[in-house]
Amino acid sequence: MTDPLLEARKVTKRYGHVHALQGADFTAYPGEVVALIGDNGAGKSTLVKTLSGTIRPDEGEVLVDGKPVQLGSPLDARKYGIETVYQDLALAQDLDAAANLHLGRELYRGGLLGRLGVLDRAAMRRSAVAAFRELGVDLRDVGVPVAALSGGQKQSVAVARAVVFANRIIFMDEPTAALGVVQRGRVLDTIKRVRDRGIAVVLISHNMPEVLSVADRVEVLRLGSRVARLTAADTTVEELVGAMTGALDAAGKEGAA
Amino acid sequence: MSADTPVKDDPAAATGGPRGRSIPPWLRRLADVNEVWTFGVLVLLVVFFTAARPSTFLTSYDVTQIATNAAIYLVLAVGMTYVIIVAGIDLSVGSVLVLSAVLSAEYTIHHGGAKAGWGTIAVSTVIALVTGLVWGAMQGWLVAKAKVPPLIVTLGGFGAALGIAEIITGGQDPTGAVSNHLQHAIGFGKLFGQIPWLVVIAFATTLVFGLVLAFTRFGRYTYAIGSNPEAARRVGINVDRHLVKVYALVGLLSGLGSVMWLAYFGTTSIAGHATDNLTVITAVVLGGASLFGGRGSVLGTLIGVFIPAVLSTGLIIMGVQQYWQDVAIGVVLVAAVYLDQFRRRGRERA
Repeated sequence: MTDPLLEARKVTKRYGHVHALQGADFTAYPGEVVALIGDNGAGKSTLVKTLSGTIRPDEGEVLVDGKPVQLGSPLDARKYGIETVYQDLALAQDLDAAANLHLGRELYRGGLLGRLGVLDRAAMRRSAVAAFRELGVDLRDVGVPVAALSGGQKQSVAVARAVVFANRIIFMDEPTAALGVVQRGRVLDTIKRVRDRGIAVVLISHNMPEVLSVADRVEVLRLGSRVARLTAADTTVEELVGAMTGALDAAGKEGAA
Repeated sequence: MSADTPVKDDPAAATGGPRGRSIPPWLRRLADVNEVWTFGVLVLLVVFFTAARPSTFLTSYDVTQIATNAAIYLVLAVGMTYVIIVAGIDLSVGSVLVLSAVLSAEYTIHHGGAKAGWGTIAVSTVIALVTGLVWGAMQGWLVAKAKVPPLIVTLGGFGAALGIAEIITGGQDPTGAVSNHLQHAIGFGKLFGQIPWLVVIAFATTLVFGLVLAFTRFGRYTYAIGSNPEAARRVGINVDRHLVKVYALVGLLSGLGSVMWLAYFGTTSIAGHATDNLTVITAVVLGGASLFGGRGSVLGTLIGVFIPAVLSTGLIIMGVQQYWQDVAIGVVLVAAVYLDQFRRRGRERA
């Protein structure tokens, strides 16, 4: 296999007496979909927050391209080409899709107007239309407020925002949890398409069949540390559940990559 | 852009043609614009009063008078629009106006009084603006950093600013508060002998901050924070600093309002601004801004300021007892918000 794109080594995070992460490891390679699974309280969210710059770990290190990095904020993570699709989507409902896509990364007009902070709305609109077309997202109008879009379309806007700007890694926290069957299929297609562009997609999900259908590899967290690394093609739902709950600890470790 | 898929300004017609409704798309678009509805209400009022009193309503005297009366409220309402869009509120505008007026008047009184020259006028104007700016920024800091709800911060500010003004003056409007030069030039003066300077200042302010809200990063972040502050934070917007700026802006505009007030009325009117906040909030909400944040526009506010102004002038001309104005404005406010919500629910059921 190629060198890891993103690596977490022995990451520890405590909240008071709660040990959310106890020396957790994580690895993502370029151009793969890796699922991060674990029972409630296994430390998935904490690990993702650490890797996307939202929280700082107490101990351990994060490496991008093999070099240790400090991710002090989501902006730091962005500089390394790491984007996150949050479970709540983090969209401004009153702004349109084009504005949401560029939120915090607006394009400005040239010359004096640009220096005064005047936005280039036409350029943002064009870039949004191009991005949605590339992702195969069916948005009839990028100019209506996001509030007026369906759940699947909102999801698409959030995913597109991450895809457009991520050049290395995208974290997706439960991207299909709120979606219907058709929309779920679309999001999974999008995930595969993003992977085919050489970007690593880290999928956090509770839905085991979905994980097996879309992921290339699966990493399992239990009680704040990694307990298994599996190749999706060679594993079963029973095996995943066993690794998550610890019932099949031995079996899980045998299957480790 | 490739030419095969026409995704441009009219995608509804491009992709939604077969399943589109029978209403033409341009009309649907127009109906989606809040300002169109608000403007419709304003036009209805004008038509009604013109029909009722064709010879007296909307003479040129009326229009100038309505605009002059509304000028100061318009300046305050422009600032309030920003605050309401970030899901805040500012109850302190009238008191901040009074405090700014009093501090600037104190300087004028001790530097020439009514006969003071332009040097004094310049300094007292700066004092008024800085007072508003600093007071607003302080309130903004309390909202953003100390996390005190804006309703409480500005309710406290409303009382405190007025109290300080009364302590300084002993509760009496001081004499010699304004230079005669300022009153003659700005208060009663007219641009090209036609448009009162107060109206010019108010419209220039409205234009500038309307453009800023609609077309710049500052405006975009204002909407984003009002829609979803957490999302704004996650994409790297400095939400706290932006909130301080927005409250500082409404303070600054209250300071500007105080200069306009002094120029026009020649007195600080300490007791005359207790309900400015309600007047201004009414105008902004009539203009389509949502108290939950994320929605509103300066154009809407401009129309919203003129609805009560036209209503009260019209009722006066029709000889209706003055107190009915308040009833009418209250009813119009609630009806406008009800209709607006009704319309939005219809649009957002998807």
